Amino acid sequence: MSLQMTTSQTVGPYLHIGLTWLIMDRIAGPSAAGERWTIEGRVLDGDGKPVNDALVELWQADSNGRYAHPEDRQAKPIEEGFRGFGRVATDDDGVFRFHTIKPGSVPGPGSSTQAPHISVTIFMRGQLKQLSSRIYFPGDPANAKDPVLALVPEDRRDTLVAQPASGKSGVLEWNVILQGAKETVFFDF
Amino acid sequence: MDVAQYRRPFWNTQPEHLFPQYASTVKRAPTKPLVMMPQSLTEVTGPVFGYDDIKPTDFDLTKQHAGEPIGERIIVTGRVLDENGRPMPHTLVEVWQANSAGRYPHRVDQHDAPTDPNFTGCGRALTGADGSYRFVTIRPGEYPWRNHYNAWRPAHIHFSLFGQAFMQRLVTQMYFPGDPLLPFDPMYNCVPDENARKRLVATLDWENTIPEFALAYRWDIVLRGRDATPMEK
Repeated sequence: MSLQMTTSQTVGPYLHIGLTWLIMDRIAGPSAAGERWTIEGRVLDGDGKPVNDALVELWQADSNGRYAHPEDRQAKPIEEGFRGFGRVATDDDGVFRFHTIKPGSVPGPGSSTQAPHISVTIFMRGQLKQLSSRIYFPGDPANAKDPVLALVPEDRRDTLVAQPASGKSGVLEWNVILQGAKETVFFDF
Repeated sequence: MDVAQYRRPFWNTQPEHLFPQYASTVKRAPTKPLVMMPQSLTEVTGPVFGYDDIKPTDFDLTKQHAGEPIGERIIVTGRVLDENGRPMPHTLVEVWQANSAGRYPHRVDQHDAPTDPNFTGCGRALTGADGSYRFVTIRPGEYPWRNHYNAWRPAHIHFSLFGQAFMQRLVTQMYFPGDPLLPFDPMYNCVPDENARKRLVATLDWENTIPEFALAYRWDIVLRGRDATPMEK
């Protein structure tokens, strides 16, 4: 039987009613292993105005590079209680923030290895379907060999790499710029 | 490590990011081309939810407050499948909607219609082993919005689905059969394929109607499916 995927529709401006019961801004619990980071940023529209009605969802592996999912059959230990999912909404200033650990490396296509990264899905009014992006970690030598970053035009790769937030220790900044010269790279797959 | 790839959506059945008839897309749609990438373990895995995440009563939007909400009680039921027709078992389904007067209890909604203290308008459920879901709610009202002059949204229920992979994630809207506003709604009309649009409309479901209690509407939802069964190692 062959069916066709249901057409995507926008979350609209009232997404909070249905979706913020499950706000998960702590992806890693207090006992989770790994390098701890707060990641924060803003979602900005084509006029540089904050998007105050966006929902940002995150999916990542644990510090061993293992996904809490039955299809991940890697011979790696799995961290008990680590789901790897986050969901945060932007505030009036377009700011979102979540707390997590740096994931381990996971396999990429063929024999490649992906640098530590967090997969991001973004919903908002004015998006008829979600946007998909990735957050990479600054200064990781594995970024240079990452098979996905390699597909991105060199002058746009920095939009995918979080940067240390100035004056805040343990905090990385990663912004979602929807349009313009600094437009964030969005993926299709 | 190569993973079995999910199919690309069928031509003209998914919206583009930029759709000027829906004015909010103009300043929010990406202007640079999306970067095509192969699906990896990251994309084909995704969060797993369980019965600990929801309450068993979350499926009934009419029972969340002391009194009965105002409006026509309805049942909304269907199955979550993938494009290969396989049921998506135990997957999280989230819904939200306006009340019977077409009003959301949300600070952004300033439409001059009454809120209902007995209706919040959100629910959730996990699908059964056969991919089925069922909600009890009230029929949402139509409401005006400011997209263009005299713009009205047809009655709709918002749905959010996870499936089994982060890349199967889908947010969509269900509409009601015979709604005269559908031809004028930019969101409903965001894809060229007429059959795809019609699949957003539920059908009256006599089988699940409860006599002297509630009409039922049936709406099946299809998530992306794989080209081939993943190889077992």
